[in-house]
Amino acid sequence: MSLDKPYLDVPGTTIFDAEQSRRGYHLNQFCMSLMKAANRERFKANERAYLDEWLMTEEQKQAVLARDLNWCISLGGNIYFLAKIGATDGKSFQQMAGSMTGMNEDEYRNMMIGGGRSAEGNRYVGEDGDAQAYRQPQGAAGRATPSAAGRVSQTEGKH
Amino acid sequence: MAHISASVFTSHVPAIGAALDLGKLAEPYWQPVFAGYDFSKQWMKDNKPDVIFLVYNDHATAFSLEMIPTFAIGCADEFRPADEGWGPRPVPMVKGHPDLASHIAQSVIQDDFDLTIVNKMDVDHGLTVPLSLMCGQPQEWPCPVIPFAVNVVQYPVPSGRRCYNLGKAIRKAVESYDQPLNVHIWGTGGMSHQLQGPRAGLINREWDNAFLDRLIADPEGQAGVPHIDYVREAGSEGIELVMWLIARGAMSDNPPKVRHRFYHVPASNTAVGHLILENT
Repeated sequence: MSLDKPYLDVPGTTIFDAEQSRRGYHLNQFCMSLMKAANRERFKANERAYLDEWLMTEEQKQAVLARDLNWCISLGGNIYFLAKIGATDGKSFQQMAGSMTGMNEDEYRNMMIGGGRSAEGNRYVGEDGDAQAYRQPQGAAGRATPSAAGRVSQTEGKH
Repeated sequence: MAHISASVFTSHVPAIGAALDLGKLAEPYWQPVFAGYDFSKQWMKDNKPDVIFLVYNDHATAFSLEMIPTFAIGCADEFRPADEGWGPRPVPMVKGHPDLASHIAQSVIQDDFDLTIVNKMDVDHGLTVPLSLMCGQPQEWPCPVIPFAVNVVQYPVPSGRRCYNLGKAIRKAVESYDQPLNVHIWGTGGMSHQLQGPRAGLINREWDNAFLDRLIADPEGQAGVPHIDYVREAGSEGIELVMWLIARGAMSDNPPKVRHRFYHVPASNTAVGHLILENT
């Protein structure tokens, strides 16, 4: 019997459920190891060598090296774990969250100061809000390449 | 006998802790956030509890994917502020209340809520930011704190209904404790926010305020709202709001007195909501 997953049709959103957690176990546990200062130093000294100590898939390692958080999440990463990479890099949570939208730091910050992203058009896949796959990336990056479809649109829905 | 006199509800945004710790209170960005808690700090002084039962969630700090307890009660003598990757927050050690915590664990487990008992745990911003918002920057916290961690990181998280009923079981447990303690119960997290994916930055002012209205006047009805409504309307991390139902369920069945209500957007990625309710 299949499980009830009513959350698969929310655009631009991956719910970290048991299946994602299983997929991302080693990726997230690698992130967790960065809670220790000594591990942060070793990771920074040689990222590839440090990643090779973990039972992660090659794609998960590439996603971490690229600091592509949407890619990491599609491979089972969870934002609270991935935040440890951001902390290691000296990034704030706002910088990390913003990086997943395609907006630059100022654009994202200004969106938040302006009241945040509206839920209108962003509740269901197939509406016309700014979080829909066909409107990625957002901000100046999206205007520069109006037809650009990022990695998110390729992976969305596969979950 | 012990009793619960009041409940406090507040967001626990990590950036608020960082702003406090780095002395940014007066910055125009942060000033309106902290101003919303001026009343609350005075109220805490005027209504000092003997114990705070603090419902929060761990953010991949004390609990990695090795173990994911749905409900975990801290029964230790003390809890260290955690190093979440930026170094520990410069805030006082959190003193526990092992006697009352163990009593609540025993009572609530006998009422069919299978709590995980934790005797060693560091506490992250989910617990320390609410203390900072309500108490300022003291040398030590005003009273012992019982940390109560709820899994809202990996789905499925407990339902609103289960949280609300758990609150009722906690009320019963506190009221059967044989010491005259004045207990506050705090529900933390939320309000609307999403920290991941192209939908990051979602805020829903209307939904948040309807949630506050209903939490005050119709918690029974709010308890029936399914997870998917929180996700769709308040963002994937807005699901933290189910924890507020634990604190609300622990209040008396009489309508509460609303002592304070505050709402502000934004703090970093998040809508800040805050309520103080007193039992009548």
